[in-house]
Amino acid sequence: MDEVEQKVLSFVKKEYLDEDDDTELDENSPLITSGIVDSFSMVSLKTFLERQYQIKIPDERASAEAFDTVAKIAAVVREIRGN
Amino acid sequence: MAYSEARRAAYQADLAGIREAGLFKEERIIHTAQSADVEVEFPAGESARPVINMCANNYLGLSSHPEVVKAAHAGLDARGYGLSSVRFICGTQDIHRELEHRISAFLETEDTILFGSCLDANAGVFEAVLTEQDIMIADRLVHASIVDGMRLSKAQQETYKHMDLEHLEEKLQESQDKRIRLIVTDGVFSMDGDIAELDKICDLADKYDALVFVDDSHATGFMGKRGKGTHEHCGVLGRIDILTTTLGKALGGASGGCVSGRREIVELCRQKARPYLFSNTVPPVITAAANRVIQILSETTERRDKLEENTLYWRRRLKEIGLDIREGSHPIVPVMLYNAKLAQEVARDMFAEGIFVVGFFFPVVAKGQARIRTQISAGHERHHLDKGLAAFEKVGKKHGILGMGKKEIVEKFGL
Repeated sequence: MDEVEQKVLSFVKKEYLDEDDDTELDENSPLITSGIVDSFSMVSLKTFLERQYQIKIPDERASAEAFDTVAKIAAVVREIRGN
Repeated sequence: MAYSEARRAAYQADLAGIREAGLFKEERIIHTAQSADVEVEFPAGESARPVINMCANNYLGLSSHPEVVKAAHAGLDARGYGLSSVRFICGTQDIHRELEHRISAFLETEDTILFGSCLDANAGVFEAVLTEQDIMIADRLVHASIVDGMRLSKAQQETYKHMDLEHLEEKLQESQDKRIRLIVTDGVFSMDGDIAELDKICDLADKYDALVFVDDSHATGFMGKRGKGTHEHCGVLGRIDILTTTLGKALGGASGGCVSGRREIVELCRQKARPYLFSNTVPPVITAAANRVIQILSETTERRDKLEENTLYWRRRLKEIGLDIREGSHPIVPVMLYNAKLAQEVARDMFAEGIFVVGFFFPVVAKGQARIRTQISAGHERHHLDKGLAAFEKVGKKHGILGMGKKEIVEKFGL
């Protein structure tokens, strides 16, 4: 896992899992298709990424498919940052 | 022909996909007026049979109440069937203003504006009163119409974990650079009957200079000692800036909704909210009946008191039988089954026993949270409740779930 993936994974755990939730998550765990993140609460993830990485993610890039795993999310972030 | 055979086949495939996913909704056809006792045709084509309705939002039993029906008849005779207009052209009658004033007085708010539904109210209000300089911070389990309304607004969207006020506080701290922070919550959440802690939410709003929005559709008319709603229940009358609610549940159950709250916000909705400006006025027949409903509720708390008593009895007896219910005090009483297939089977067996209830499962509720949502009404008499309890006991015994908690049910049936 690279640094972006680590940061996103740690945010997802804090933001979407309850303290007593022992669900194991890694960079390839499905987030949206598994129901952990839904299309409404996904806005919080997008806001975090935009603030953390000083980027603007167009709505069409923040699709349920593109945001389904930490690895995919990190790829979107890296692409928009241009590295 | 634009609607070609290929296009038809594609839509048919979409529908087949919904069926295969187990998400196809079959409507049950009622052959009577809405009431505790109804006759239901299900599946379609079967002859209608008498069942006890335990899944309506008819909390106060006013949907077919003789006084309400009489007021509707009188309204139809005195003010006609339709207005053929939106409110601001030639669609505002004296009874519309009367209802808005009555609702404001009942809810103890500054002003009220009627909409065709609460969905319309929620669709219109955010876009009318917020700009791109603002932020809406919503509980993650708010009603779908709020989610849609927020999406129509230019303000930034944020969410917090369901009922987690520490999380809400973090989001308020992070958004201090915004012009307006609007906390968005349901008063009562429809799937669980959870009651938002509006007292604490209002305190946070004061601390972080935020406004408060509450959709009180599952509370208006019966929550709080005088039935005013969750804001009365939590002791925050006068502190909710935007309150939306429906006439389609406890308040007679026909249709219609409103935005009630700060005078300027209501007036902005009157000037700018698109569902208000571009759809027809609430029909006189509904307006007249709703006026009578508010009058009844302002005169006596008898019906909300009976609802409270029925709810306490239902909750206590379900637990004694050994069913796993969501704790709380609201007339929405979910019987937790966790497994989707089990929820469907229990609902089917209950119907066979003459009790009309519906199973809810993903995606309507979270995965592994399948349940039967029972809803109690002041229209239920003790014999209705006892018949429902006897059926739950029989069906629970059949599936071997009595006395089981989540762990045991999940072990036996899976998630």
